[in-house]
Amino acid sequence: MGVWPYLAAGWVLLIALYGLVTSRNLIHAIGCLAVAQSSTYLLLLAVGYRADATAPVYSDLTPGARPVVDPVVQALALTDVVVGATVTALLLALTVQLRKRHHTVDPQALTGLKG
Amino acid sequence: MTARARLVMFSVAATVIAAFFVAACARLPTFGTPDHPYGDRAVAAALTHRTANVVSSVNFDIRAFDTLGEESILFGTVLGATLLLRRARDERHRRAEAERAAPTTRLFGALLLPVTLVVGVYIVAHGQLSPGGGFQGGVVLATALHLAYVAADYRALKRLRPLTVLDVADSLAAASFSLVGLAGLIAGGAFLANVLPLGTFNEITSGGTVPVLNAAVGVEVASGLIALLAHFLDQAVELTDPDDHKTGER
Repeated sequence: MGVWPYLAAGWVLLIALYGLVTSRNLIHAIGCLAVAQSSTYLLLLAVGYRADATAPVYSDLTPGARPVVDPVVQALALTDVVVGATVTALLLALTVQLRKRHHTVDPQALTGLKG
Repeated sequence: MTARARLVMFSVAATVIAAFFVAACARLPTFGTPDHPYGDRAVAAALTHRTANVVSSVNFDIRAFDTLGEESILFGTVLGATLLLRRARDERHRRAEAERAAPTTRLFGALLLPVTLVVGVYIVAHGQLSPGGGFQGGVVLATALHLAYVAADYRALKRLRPLTVLDVADSLAAASFSLVGLAGLIAGGAFLANVLPLGTFNEITSGGTVPVLNAAVGVEVASGLIALLAHFLDQAVELTDPDDHKTGER
């Protein structure tokens, strides 16, 4: 497998950035941001993978019986998911208000400042 | 900036990012490497603290201070969304209408809601033993309540959802995480030190402070998420668009 899983994470990130740059709808842009965030999950889990290993949960596994994957990056991925969800929630709230005040969700149509 | 210029600029930037990323990946340990120094140490630390789920041990014991930051982010988001989605001066509040749902859908909701609540509590309570924990279980708990909205209507959800109580529960749960940390500081000499009895490995009372912190996070995530969704649903269901009643459409 070599470096392919890492490169896949980079590819997902670039696809998401492409979506963000060309986006004509803020909801779509928030979706792209979520995709960009999911590239970090892929990278973290790829870094922590150990060949032929199982989940780092010992409720039905004798310690030392089998190798386990790296639990530290899995915990980081959990933090990542939570932060991603909160960012999405706040951005969606901002979009709701933008739609009400400016009557558009097209980022390229948002030019003027309004008090 | 025209769409074309934007795309050209993106291609240049993307090429640079891609080049550096590939160069960095080439220096990473190969995928599936048996060499995980941090992972091995985390597993050893979790086993000494008698926590079967190592990921929970990392989150609520070894890196508990980071999780305090994480749940503060969640708390801040609930506050921010409450502020952003409050009713503006030119908006009117209208009562959600009663909707008619098929009896089978209502039955589905009535049966599944308690089951989902139990599953949520189970996932929170067993965070130290099996995959799951406060964050995951909290989301299941919040989803359970919204089955009332899916299977019946917004009025049914509002009856099940004491928002004031949930807001207080959210704040208390967020505060109790810090209080457990302070207890660790007083009894164990370090903030968030695992000072409670560690119990027997692979039993529900094992792990010391891990189940306590899991419960605090579970309550906070569940009540915070319900409050967050409440503000979004209010926008969609109960608030009228300021322009609509100016032109008298509704």
